[in-house]
Amino acid sequence: MSTALGTRRRRLGESAARPDGVPKVRGEFAFSSDLFSEGMLWGHIVRSPHPAAAIRGIDVSEALRIPGVRAVLTSDDVPGRKTYGLDYPDQPVFAWDVVRYMGEPVAAVAAVHPETARRAAAAIIVDYAPTEPLTDPVAAADAEPIHPLGNVLHRQRVRTGDPDAAGTVVVEGRYETGMQDQAQMGPESGLAIPAEDGGVDLYIATQWLHIDQEQMAACLALPLEKVRLHLAGVGGSFGAREDLSMQVQICLLALRTGRPVKMVYSREESFLGHVHRHPAVMWYRHHADAGGRLVKVEARIILDGGAYLSTSTAVTMNAACMAPGPYRVPNAVVEAVAVRTNNPPCGAMRGFGAVQVCFAYEAQMDKLAAALGLDPVELRLRNALKPGDSLITGQVLRGTAPVAEVIRTCVAAPLPAGVPMTTAELELPGGAGRTADRDRVRRGVGFAVGIKNLLYGGGFDDYSSARCRLEDGVATITCAAVEVGQGFVTLAQQIARDVLGGVDVVLAPPGTTDIGSAGSTSASRQTWMSGGAVQAACLAVRDRLLKSVSSRHGVPQETLDIVDGRVVSLDGQVDIPISEAARGDVLEETVDFHHAPTAELDVDGQGDAFVSFAFAAHRAVVDVDLDLGLVRVLEIATSQDVGRVLNPVQLVGQLEGGIAQGVGLAVMEEIVLDHGRVRNPSFTDYVIPTALDMPPVHIAALIEEPEPGSPMGAKGAGEPPMVSSTAAVVAAIRAATGLELPRAPVRPQDIALAGSGPGPVAGSGPITQEVSP
Amino acid sequence: MGADIVGELIDYQLRVNGHEHDVAEAWLGENLLYVLRERLGLPGSKNACEQGECGSCSVLMDGKLVCSCMVLAASAVGADIVTVEGLSAGENELSDVQAAFLAEGGVQCGFCTPGFVVSVHDLLEHNPDPTELEVREAVSGNLCRCTGYGRILAAVRAAQETRQE
Repeated sequence: MSTALGTRRRRLGESAARPDGVPKVRGEFAFSSDLFSEGMLWGHIVRSPHPAAAIRGIDVSEALRIPGVRAVLTSDDVPGRKTYGLDYPDQPVFAWDVVRYMGEPVAAVAAVHPETARRAAAAIIVDYAPTEPLTDPVAAADAEPIHPLGNVLHRQRVRTGDPDAAGTVVVEGRYETGMQDQAQMGPESGLAIPAEDGGVDLYIATQWLHIDQEQMAACLALPLEKVRLHLAGVGGSFGAREDLSMQVQICLLALRTGRPVKMVYSREESFLGHVHRHPAVMWYRHHADAGGRLVKVEARIILDGGAYLSTSTAVTMNAACMAPGPYRVPNAVVEAVAVRTNNPPCGAMRGFGAVQVCFAYEAQMDKLAAALGLDPVELRLRNALKPGDSLITGQVLRGTAPVAEVIRTCVAAPLPAGVPMTTAELELPGGAGRTADRDRVRRGVGFAVGIKNLLYGGGFDDYSSARCRLEDGVATITCAAVEVGQGFVTLAQQIARDVLGGVDVVLAPPGTTDIGSAGSTSASRQTWMSGGAVQAACLAVRDRLLKSVSSRHGVPQETLDIVDGRVVSLDGQVDIPISEAARGDVLEETVDFHHAPTAELDVDGQGDAFVSFAFAAHRAVVDVDLDLGLVRVLEIATSQDVGRVLNPVQLVGQLEGGIAQGVGLAVMEEIVLDHGRVRNPSFTDYVIPTALDMPPVHIAALIEEPEPGSPMGAKGAGEPPMVSSTAAVVAAIRAATGLELPRAPVRPQDIALAGSGPGPVAGSGPITQEVSP
Repeated sequence: MGADIVGELIDYQLRVNGHEHDVAEAWLGENLLYVLRERLGLPGSKNACEQGECGSCSVLMDGKLVCSCMVLAASAVGADIVTVEGLSAGENELSDVQAAFLAEGGVQCGFCTPGFVVSVHDLLEHNPDPTELEVREAVSGNLCRCTGYGRILAAVRAAQETRQE
């Protein structure tokens, strides 16, 4: 059976089809690992097997003798700056005197065949003198520095109100979250082609082309215009591609050999070769009055930044500022510190500092509700932020903040039915491998709410540039915004069609050569920022077009509109196709779109550091096998503050996908470290949810309150689903088991080997439901 | 180039999507995924893990669903291999499963998509009317990191319904 290809020309608010959808389902979409160039070589990076070691020497002679090897490079071969970094260049392109994490690049090889390159890499003899790795983040700040810049990557304090304020009810706890991997399906890969001008063209999967270009040019000692990046198909990101991976090394190999060089990470190398979500250790103390109003929140948060800085500064800032969650807190004493260790570097991952603290503050809210004898949902409603309230940073919420609405609509969703005796074995915890008794399965329900800041802040102007060129009735949009799967390409077309009356829209390939920066595809920002830039550029073209028609036809401009590809006037006097309306002129406008300015935080963490915030609530229902500690998540209900729905199907995809990663962090995903060594760098040992693990998502409500300042009223939707879903699932497991479970992910042994714990207690969790075996 | 590769080089033929392809001077150790992608110009099968865990390289070999990364290419001589590129009837057509993935929003980054499409074709070929649990079980060997599977399962349901009409 076959279906003919059709095009759907849907506008904003409708489920328009992805322009890259057809090639993607046919296997014809060119991802960065699919590229080919005549005569290309294969690159391979040699990585440290040690988390900490001195390098006494590197002998590449044996590798160079292998037939087919064309180049072997080490730090001596880096012509420019030998380090890179998004915030500050503290990370070596190749380690020279010391390695600080397992997987740190030490050398690179180019050869005629990938197997030759692998063998050459294995033939390079690095003389390491292993040293004792620093792996305890709690001890790191006071330990012997493992880097000349010291072990404290960033410290963020937030203090407001009276530090001595006290409540009548006080609860405290220590919480931990593990190191999560983005596990994007497309491994890091690229193709570098040396150019005749001495520069290089790099086809690469990344999140921000222009920031890569800046970092690479400094290391390659080339002017910016000789380092040309072209976006290759990106197989997911979730933060993994925010830092450079192979960009410098692959270009060095291409420039040295004069040949195109392709490099594709294996899955193991991908686990070792990109940053992860910071593990966190968090101490919290909440004070409330007898009426359940929060009086003070104290928090101390330690984030393990691993060996290098990456984005730890901004992650720490987020964690500190979001530390109390979406609640009104008059007094706060918060300190978040990111430390340097010999663990793998940590940086950006979906949720970016907001996920870790949500796990802690929502556990605290449940504890507080229990201490107060209050319903946990009621406690949240009593403290929920609303417009006009202040965050602990002193920033007043000027935009929409439907916190109470997301809570109310989410808990109002009907609960799934109990466990019938006839349940298929595959539907019990443990699935096909289940061996436990049905009557030892307990059900629990948990609830959590989260807050996520949108866009970059702290005084940084993360603008986006876009161009609209209208020629022969076709609008070509040029923007360097990176499509990682989220659907910006769909929205860009919808926006252009909306402004230009259903015109045909073509998207130019993103790169650094034709347009300025679009900023990063992260921080839930591209719909707002690059969507805003595309909209503004199209509006400028529309204005010129209508102005010219207005003067030629002598009709007022405000009576003109573009409908279905034709310029028409209200009185019907004008009705001409766009292609004729421009009379052969090419109308082109380029716009830099900026959001409202933000401020740096002061020493007490006070200031208007953020542009906007989004909120989501999640309710999880789980079945837990008490004997084996296995968890089956039955359903996640959610409500989210989205501003405005621009593409319903894509929005649902963001919610379901983000929740899946939240479920993963709750019950299965963690990079396991043993003295700094990664023990599970594969999909065999680092498990992510499959279709059998992932429950149905029930979207209880999408709250549409257009956000002031957002060009289309929409809020970024990618991160909130990840922020509170983990907390909700673990709350549900607590409800089912009665265990404290202060750590995510919850491992089977945390449940099954919890010893003589109290066992399931009705009412011990936020919301409990009797199980019917 | 051939002489520079470490190891024994061999020549053989593979039958892919109904066409015979010559594989010349190939290293014996190459897996089917590598040969499809790098030698035969068929990069539709993807390389997300190359150890048989993710299903992104799924192909049909003599009608059986396999991870092409786990098959030694030279051992596939004589087999009928169908890749994602061979599923639709023509250049301007989509298979019912491909069309359903598009219509239901089952595609985001798209890296897992070809593997899912091949798996779902295989499922519906052998079990035209699967229960939801059977669908989840059948595609549990295909990992997706973007969608949380919701729209993918909706796509399978839609394709299933189309076939029953």
